Amino acid sequence: MKDIQVIESTQTTTRQKISAKNVKVSYGETIAIKDVSVEIAPNTVTAFIGPSGCGKSTFLRCLNRMNDTIDICSVTGDIRLDGENIYDRNVDPVQLRAKVGMVFQKPNPFPKSIFDNVAYGPKIHGLARNKSEMADIVENALRKAALWNEVKDRLENAGTGLSGGQQQRLCIARAIATSPEVLLMDEPCSALDPIATAQIEELIDDLRQNYCVVIVTHSMQQAARVSQKTAFFHLGSLVEYGDTDQIFTAPVDPRTESYITGRIG
Amino acid sequence: MSKVTPSLLVRDDRTKRRNAAERRFRFYGLGAIGIAALALVVLLTTVVSSGVGAFRQTYVTLEIALPEDKLDKTGTRDPDLMARVTTFGYAPLLRAALIRQLAELGITTDLSDKHIGEMISKEAVATVRNHVLANPELVGTTLTIDVLTEGRVDGYFKGRVTMESAALDGNTSPEALEIAQRLADLGVIKTRFNWRFLTAPDASDQRPEAAGLGVAILGSLYMMLVVLVLALPLGVAASIYLEEFAPKNRLSDFIEVNISNLAAVPSIVFGILGLAIFINFGGLRQSSPLVGGLVLTLMTLPTIIISTRAALKSVPPSIRDAALGVGASKVQSVFHHVLPLAAPGILTGTIIGLAQALGETAPLLLIGMVAFVREYPAPYSETAGLFGEAATALPVQVFNWTQRADPGFAERASGAIITLLVFLAIMNIAAVLLRRRFERRW
Amino acid sequence: MWVFEFFISLPVVVIALATIGFWGAKVRATAASQGDVRTLAALPKAHATNAFLSVIVPVLVTVFVLYLIRSIAQKQGIETLSFPVLYWTVLGVAALGCIGAIRQSTRSFRARTASERWIKFLLLCASSVAVLTTVGIVLSMIFETANFFRDYDWVDFFFSAEWAPNFRGDSALGILPLLWGTLYISVIALLIAVPVGLFAAIYLSEYAGPRMRGFAKPMIEVLAGIPTIVYGLFALMTVGPLLRDHFAQPLGLGDSASSVMTAGLVMGIMLVPFVSSLSDDAINAVPQSMRDGSFGLGATHSETIRQVVIPAALPGIVGAILLAASRAIGETMIVVLGAGAAARMSLNPFEAMTTITVKIVSQLTGDTDFASPETLVAFALGLTLFVLTLGLNVVALVVVRKFREQYE
Repeated sequence: MKDIQVIESTQTTTRQKISAKNVKVSYGETIAIKDVSVEIAPNTVTAFIGPSGCGKSTFLRCLNRMNDTIDICSVTGDIRLDGENIYDRNVDPVQLRAKVGMVFQKPNPFPKSIFDNVAYGPKIHGLARNKSEMADIVENALRKAALWNEVKDRLENAGTGLSGGQQQRLCIARAIATSPEVLLMDEPCSALDPIATAQIEELIDDLRQNYCVVIVTHSMQQAARVSQKTAFFHLGSLVEYGDTDQIFTAPVDPRTESYITGRIG
Repeated sequence: MSKVTPSLLVRDDRTKRRNAAERRFRFYGLGAIGIAALALVVLLTTVVSSGVGAFRQTYVTLEIALPEDKLDKTGTRDPDLMARVTTFGYAPLLRAALIRQLAELGITTDLSDKHIGEMISKEAVATVRNHVLANPELVGTTLTIDVLTEGRVDGYFKGRVTMESAALDGNTSPEALEIAQRLADLGVIKTRFNWRFLTAPDASDQRPEAAGLGVAILGSLYMMLVVLVLALPLGVAASIYLEEFAPKNRLSDFIEVNISNLAAVPSIVFGILGLAIFINFGGLRQSSPLVGGLVLTLMTLPTIIISTRAALKSVPPSIRDAALGVGASKVQSVFHHVLPLAAPGILTGTIIGLAQALGETAPLLLIGMVAFVREYPAPYSETAGLFGEAATALPVQVFNWTQRADPGFAERASGAIITLLVFLAIMNIAAVLLRRRFERRW
Repeated sequence: MWVFEFFISLPVVVIALATIGFWGAKVRATAASQGDVRTLAALPKAHATNAFLSVIVPVLVTVFVLYLIRSIAQKQGIETLSFPVLYWTVLGVAALGCIGAIRQSTRSFRARTASERWIKFLLLCASSVAVLTTVGIVLSMIFETANFFRDYDWVDFFFSAEWAPNFRGDSALGILPLLWGTLYISVIALLIAVPVGLFAAIYLSEYAGPRMRGFAKPMIEVLAGIPTIVYGLFALMTVGPLLRDHFAQPLGLGDSASSVMTAGLVMGIMLVPFVSSLSDDAINAVPQSMRDGSFGLGATHSETIRQVVIPAALPGIVGAILLAASRAIGETMIVVLGAGAAARMSLNPFEAMTTITVKIVSQLTGDTDFASPETLVAFALGLTLFVLTLGLNVVALVVVRKFREQYE
């Protein structure tokens, strides 16, 4: 795969947050991902783009072992978070997911109050010693998710009563509350209207200050707007990976170019 | 975020505790399944082990002398005149036969003649009498016939009665059982498969060994026929109306609520309905399979409607659209296209509804089906009409036998349960096979 | 007598008339077409169907209505309709329908529309059987209950703690001891059925692999398919003596095989599949995205179930429990065989107590004299039972319906 050489030269000075080597994923007989290697830098937004069914979401779900919940799914290869193999036998996916949070395609707030939605993660991981600490964590997370001002007077209301965009920001707040190091976002705006999308995109840009963000998107414009690095997936393999500017202006691989210009996908 | 990030490779205490809680929780779930499985196994094994004896019965081979001077004083061999000799006239003959056979076989005993006679079932006397009345030419000869032994002798060979329990029992004695054992060693007493249990009518309190399920099976069969003939068309018609034609209005809503509520009304309430409406108000006959069938029809109707509607729903709208598109009317599209496609599902639901009706007991108690019935009910008679003759039903027969004092009836009740469960198993397997065979994925 | 006339001759004649109508209309319509059926407004087949239904449907309606009138009149002591009158009226209706339909079969008659009207009418009648049943249940119990309260003070019935029927009169017929037994047994049954059923449902829908499910689901369905008389016999022959010999007697709590505990335990087992299958539906209705959200935050599976799935499925589970409670209250055979017949208000679960359903059975079986309060009380008990279960069912249905709407 020629795409791998591209990154070797650009990113050697900074330590990588996540490095994946030769990752293969299969669902029973069907192979979803073949031989993907990627290095993801801290404090950047990395976008995975590609036509639907290309394996970008599957790969994202490998990064916090969400694929473990699917029985027939098997993952091989090597994925390291801060140098530690996350598929090591000693790694508990529960601890891993506390470090690598996830936001899903459809806003999925729990049928609880707004407060309890955000407090859920800290509660199960035991991050707060008392009520006031918990309140601080919740407020902090909601502020970071740019939702605090809208909901501070109705924290006891059901999270499901918010608008779609607010629900998604609530889900982001919920993920932030466990103080993860990486945030995975699986098409976080696909179920939202343009205004809510703009708000979330703005938020993603802010989040870069504190977190390593990986976002899967089917919208190339979105990738161009929010990300610094972009990876293009096609038919289960990583075709090209590099700076977003470079991918969109001077793609190396002809397939990337076809996709960017709208000829495939 | 100035947080020291601990290594992923080390599990912290909290994670360990959480994982332990996870394992406990999983174990509770497994435990619940285990409890259910255990309950099922215990339930079935106790019923089968205590009821399997009902399918075997102990018989004694008697050589009965049939003297003319006792049985046919006129010498005409006219069955009507011979019928004047009641069972009291026959009982001494059977007793004498057994006593003589004991002597011939060299079995000596301290037991009085009366007690020896009591080893033979009271039913046996009637059996012999009926046999002689049917074959008058036998009078004056010696009849060799297998007759039922008394319930406790039967129980002894099935392990229900032991020497210890016999010593405490006024109706039998260890001596009698010893004789029975020696007769069995000599092949005079034999235990064999008990067809009578499935064919004979019920018997009185004193003779559990003679009690059978014939009338109950017939009664259940008649009721199932009534249920099938009424519930299937009614249920299908109601489902078609609600699923395909009902306008969205108050009346349809009201009917829907009624059906879902009826599905959850206690079955005994249907018994009260049957008693008050069909018997008291409508003047139909008590204990009749017709009333039983009507009550069970109303009870199973919601089940059949719910499954039929599911079957109709699973036929995709494109089929209806296709029919309507070529100019068929709504009625034609439903009867020509939707209904045939939904038929397997409807049939499966009907069988399951029938199985439910077959096992139902409580409502039948109230409409008088607990009565003691020894006559096989005819499906139609001049006096009682269609399915009007008194009958019992399988589950009610079980209840009936549990209320009897003689422990022999406990075995009969469990045996009846086995029979009932076999019928239910056959129906359910049929439903499953039907579903597998015709299941369609759209 | 008239048995033969009503069961044999009437149906035969009616079907014969319907068949005559069928062929008559067909022949007439075909003749009217003068060899070209396309000139007709409806196919001859439709004319035939219409004629057949024009006989059958009015006959069914007439039989039902006349029988109803006759029975009501008879209740009032009036012999209005003798059987010959009934018989000839029905035949008259059949003949009229037959002749009318044949005469209608002309070239321009829209027979298909007409026959479809008959069909829709039949379908509507069939679905109103459910309503008639409910009406029948309510009326049958209300009338007899009213009769009962004429003889017996309703205050005593609802608030007296003594149940001592006496067929020579002067009975004490207070419902409280029966209600107590009913509720006590139901509570024990639910204490067993709810945790076991719920955990079984959780395990099956969240943890079990396909093989485990393939074994456990049918097993639980078998448990659900066993008739209650079998459970009753199990209580009577196995569980009762077992509890007496190993718990009640050693603990000095009594020596009765039939007891609240016996009935409650067995009823609990009976309700397990009920609770588990309804909870299973509720748990499966919770969207997978909800679970993903929780897993994504690093929750363990059991944390996800306890804090996300169960709260989300709670209305459905509550509905299941309410329906199970309604079942428990109305269950008859297990308590008849397992609970005993003594009306008693005691806390000792190893004592025999009795329930509403047991007393309905005992007051209405055997020779029943519909004038005595000892018999009529069964209808008052039945009505109480009906109202209790109806309340639970309606609440459960509403809760479950709301829940379904939430995820649809």
